Amino acid sequence: MKIVVCIKQVPDTTEIKINPVTGTLIRDGVPSIMNPDDKGALEMALRLKDQYGAHVTVITMGPPQADLILREAFAMGADRAILLTDRRFAGADTLATSNALAGALRTLEYDIVFAGRQAIDGDTAQVGPEMAEHLGLPQVSYVVNLDVKNENTVIVKKETEEGYQMLEADTPCVLTVLASANKARYMSVSGIVEAYNKEVEIWSADSIDVDESKLGLKGSPTKVQKSFAKGLKQAGEVYEVDAEEAVGIIISKLKEKFII
Amino acid sequence: MNFNLTKTQELFRQMIREFAEKEVKPLAAEIDEQERFPAETVKKMAELGIFGIPVPKQYGGAGGDNLMYSIAVEELSRACATTGVVVSAHTSLCVAPIMEHGTEEQKQKYLPKLASGEWIGAFGLTEPNAGTDAAGQQTTAVLDGEEWVLNGNKIFITNAGPAHVYIVIAMTDKSLKTKGISAFIVEAGTPGFEIGKKELKMGIRGSATAELIFTNCRIPKGNLLGKIGGGFPIAMKTLDGGRIGIAAQALGIAQAALDETVKYTKERKQFGKAIGQFQNTQFQMADLKTKVEAARLLVRSAAFKKDSGIPYSPDAAMAKLFAAETAMEVTTKAVQFHGGYGYTREYPVERMMRDAKITEIYEGTSEVQRMVIAANLYK
Amino acid sequence: MDKSTYKHVYVFVEQRDGVIQPVAYELLGKARDLADALGEKVVALFPGYQIADSCQSLIEYGADEVICVDHVQLKDYLTEQYVQVINQVVEEYRPSILLLGATTIGRDLGPRLAARITTGLTADCTKLEISEDRELWSTRPAFGGNLMATIVNSTHRPQMSTVRPGVMQKRVADPTRKGEIINFEPKLDESKFKVRLIETVKEDKGKIDITEAKILVSGGRGVGNKENFEKLEQLATLLDAEVSTSRAMVDAGIMPHDRQVGQTGKTVRPNLYFALGISGAIQHLAGMEESDFIVAINKDKFAPIFQVSDLGIVGDVNKIIPMLTERLAQELKK
Repeated sequence: MKIVVCIKQVPDTTEIKINPVTGTLIRDGVPSIMNPDDKGALEMALRLKDQYGAHVTVITMGPPQADLILREAFAMGADRAILLTDRRFAGADTLATSNALAGALRTLEYDIVFAGRQAIDGDTAQVGPEMAEHLGLPQVSYVVNLDVKNENTVIVKKETEEGYQMLEADTPCVLTVLASANKARYMSVSGIVEAYNKEVEIWSADSIDVDESKLGLKGSPTKVQKSFAKGLKQAGEVYEVDAEEAVGIIISKLKEKFII
Repeated sequence: MNFNLTKTQELFRQMIREFAEKEVKPLAAEIDEQERFPAETVKKMAELGIFGIPVPKQYGGAGGDNLMYSIAVEELSRACATTGVVVSAHTSLCVAPIMEHGTEEQKQKYLPKLASGEWIGAFGLTEPNAGTDAAGQQTTAVLDGEEWVLNGNKIFITNAGPAHVYIVIAMTDKSLKTKGISAFIVEAGTPGFEIGKKELKMGIRGSATAELIFTNCRIPKGNLLGKIGGGFPIAMKTLDGGRIGIAAQALGIAQAALDETVKYTKERKQFGKAIGQFQNTQFQMADLKTKVEAARLLVRSAAFKKDSGIPYSPDAAMAKLFAAETAMEVTTKAVQFHGGYGYTREYPVERMMRDAKITEIYEGTSEVQRMVIAANLYK
Repeated sequence: MDKSTYKHVYVFVEQRDGVIQPVAYELLGKARDLADALGEKVVALFPGYQIADSCQSLIEYGADEVICVDHVQLKDYLTEQYVQVINQVVEEYRPSILLLGATTIGRDLGPRLAARITTGLTADCTKLEISEDRELWSTRPAFGGNLMATIVNSTHRPQMSTVRPGVMQKRVADPTRKGEIINFEPKLDESKFKVRLIETVKEDKGKIDITEAKILVSGGRGVGNKENFEKLEQLATLLDAEVSTSRAMVDAGIMPHDRQVGQTGKTVRPNLYFALGISGAIQHLAGMEESDFIVAINKDKFAPIFQVSDLGIVGDVNKIIPMLTERLAQELKK
């Protein structure tokens, strides 16, 4: 069994603070981490390795520093790591990103492609399904459990708003996984000691099978028109009114904030 | 000269910090309160290979270095000093002497099980009448045919009870004084070997500290560690290494107390502003931070020297002396900054202050460290 | 690409077991605003099985046309089946804008469809508007909600966006509205159907971890007893929220520890935090001050909680909460 896991390095968004003077995001000193859903996907793959001896390849697209999460993946138990890094990938939206990953996957062998459901910096949940489409593979998203039925079929549990669905999917397929699917293992000490003795393969746009016009800024239909910080927090207004009036104030405020 | 951790050490630090934050810290208050050995954490650490960090791969270890090991003890102790000392006593006081002084057969027999954490290690030197003065050993070992027969008591032994393998120092020829001391490997469950009373302690209360009682305890002749009469240097070298572990433990406690105090003094407001905004707070905190960083450099320098095969005995003593006294100072001031809250168990600095004290005492008191440092200065 | 050949605002109408999901009505409401700004029509794209009877309601909520795709293969949502159908509709009708709910269905379908069509998709928008040059501007949070970004797609059509349930307002149904219902016959390529549904299980998910709740109704000393906490539960149920608490109530044995917010409890960061009868001891604030919007109700007007709240009410929480619950229930019915 051959597995490819798509992972991404993201800033730990829980550590991002807002500059109280300028109102802009402070990204300096914010640690970069393996995206949590992607780690859930990697763990699911590594359990197939534990159980069936699957060969696990991890692949990421990003700047050279993204090497770190590939080392982490090695230390957790991945067998092979590929870093897609090239200026021609820069400025990619989800469609261009999915085209790059699909281009890389066309040159690899696999039975299952895993990805995290979504990344915490963008929260779009788009790259996995878009990549599946480019590759013409069936997809299941929001996966929380996987059982191998036979050589050509897997049974997956998909989380939904109301509960879950059990689905049967033919392989090869793309599965996008939730972090809550499992508790990802820690890197082992011996895995860490070995992680930098292994080779991370560096791939450029020339190494993959995709039309260059589909990559980077050129291949991105969406553009960021503007971005702005949500603004600073200050002590809000305090009302000393009777209960009835208070209820009215609360409701109108919640409406104003689109909370209800 | 390069003060950076290597990429491998940095990756290791990332893992052990996350492990400590998520798996160790949530239990710290509970195991302290219940004076309970953290068996569940030990199991998790074993699975990750934390009990065999500096053990070569050929003996089932991770093939890491002593610097990584010191980072492990620091980060674990930052979350829970009890958990830190479990690893420290195991690695420095049991695994290291077998690695450094054991025969190939002993290494093959013990290291894989110790490195995997299947077995936990401990070390017995201190006696009711022989602590710092190791030469005052009253535990005896007498060769009887193919077996050594041990008699005597060891006290204040860390990991006593949970441990499966004990390095025991005993007198084989009293007339030779320190040259009549030998080291032995004793397995738990050997007839004549019992665990005595468990100590009730001020701090590191989850760590098992108990007495070892030997009554005509017979162990195979092959369980002599090193040469007959070679026990004293083994004990001293073992303690040198152990001091890096305890220094790292003290450093972790100090760092934790500093972190807690920064957080608290940012939030706690008095007279309309956060107490961290007062210059008195800031100057004191600046001094504490400087000491913590200095302690870290001493600890890492000692570990680096050990890894490089450079003599490190005074370095380990300086690291332990300074880190332990820094831990005591930082935790005491941390409690003070927390005011009444700091004296309650609602905040972790109360525990940290109790935990810090032992680092000035065990594996050589601060006074002994000064003796070691001075002896080196005037030799 | 000749953008002028793409027209009208389409809404993917999500149904489960034939029941139209509220988010579809909300999207129709927003689509109405967008279409009016463009001078175009709102079209409800409605795939399902035996759904003909529901089409009229879509018109009542703002659709000018309903494209009804009624087919046995569309009974349950499955990615490929739905993508084929919607792709065919898009190819034939060429919408300018296509909106989907950001549900587990919309977030599975949207990207797959966008990739098949080759267009852009903006996820989880909180604001949609038409710019001066008649483009769709979609605003969404990023970086864990720390940053808002406005996204445009001026080169591809349709412009696709998903919107979370509850973000947009549905209109008041107008039974007199008239509209056209078109029945669309899809051509399905069954050889591509490689995922099969075994079963759909609905489960009462019960309580979720308070650190994951979007809304927390948190009660402290001022709430006082178990009976009053039940009133908080009612409010929480209404808002799909969880009940949390302060240390005092845990120590008093009124609430379990896993519900405690604060330094010795859990750190939470919900979209909305009700601090009810909580004075705001430092250790509690440490666990919740990062919440997006904090509503505090406390008798003591000098309570520190008011320093971090976005909206503060000085008053008796046990009097205000039942009234609030009642009023909210009416509001949400609308």
